Amino acid sequence: MTIRVQEDDFDLTRIYAELREAPTGQHTPGAISLFVGLVRDMNNNHSVAAMTLEHYPGMTETKLTAIHDAAMTRWPLGKAIIIHRVGKLYPNDQIVLVGATSSHRQAATEATAFMMDYLKTEAPFWKSEQTADGVTEWVSTRESDMTARSRWQETK
Amino acid sequence: MNIRYFAWLREHIGASSEDIAHDQTMKTVSDLVDVLRQQSTGHQKALADMTLVRVAVNQVYVDIDHPVTAHDEVAFFPPVTGG
Repeated sequence: MTIRVQEDDFDLTRIYAELREAPTGQHTPGAISLFVGLVRDMNNNHSVAAMTLEHYPGMTETKLTAIHDAAMTRWPLGKAIIIHRVGKLYPNDQIVLVGATSSHRQAATEATAFMMDYLKTEAPFWKSEQTADGVTEWVSTRESDMTARSRWQETK
Repeated sequence: MNIRYFAWLREHIGASSEDIAHDQTMKTVSDLVDVLRQQSTGHQKALADMTLVRVAVNQVYVDIDHPVTAHDEVAFFPPVTGG
């Protein structure tokens, strides 16, 4: 499966083994690029005790599939994968995984960054953070995420 | 029409979804927002500043002047913060 939205944790060893295998009817990959995002224990100088991830079921899967397919079209990839967790998470938990395989490293690393930049600005997920003293706050958008995405529109 | 709310909009409104009867005066998302703001103080607070709100019609991002029809699913939510 190429995109997944799930409450459960994911196992990097299994995903890596899956990516390492040749896609049906193709050569074995020469490169695997993986990005994993984790829950931080600090944000904007306050401690984070837990985080809750909400999403828009249906639209989230549609958006992630579109981002995956755009990467597959733009770069010569063997496989691409996006996994995003929802529900309650704690510091150091895995939140998101994006990965791609290709014959040479550049396509895989660029496609991974591209998928992550689009995920952060277009996929309908929302984080709320709980601090140690029980205060819950919605995380606000970062301008740097929009800047990161715009680089893919300037270059071909 | 089915209206969906997420994150702090859902909290202000106190519901994740509601059904609103479509009438002929509701031509665009903007017309719908005017009607929704009359529903409660929570709606008014959530939809007060539409520059803070993103809109999807039938799960596709749209602008506030996008047309709406009786069978649309219209979602209101803050800019996304996943990843």
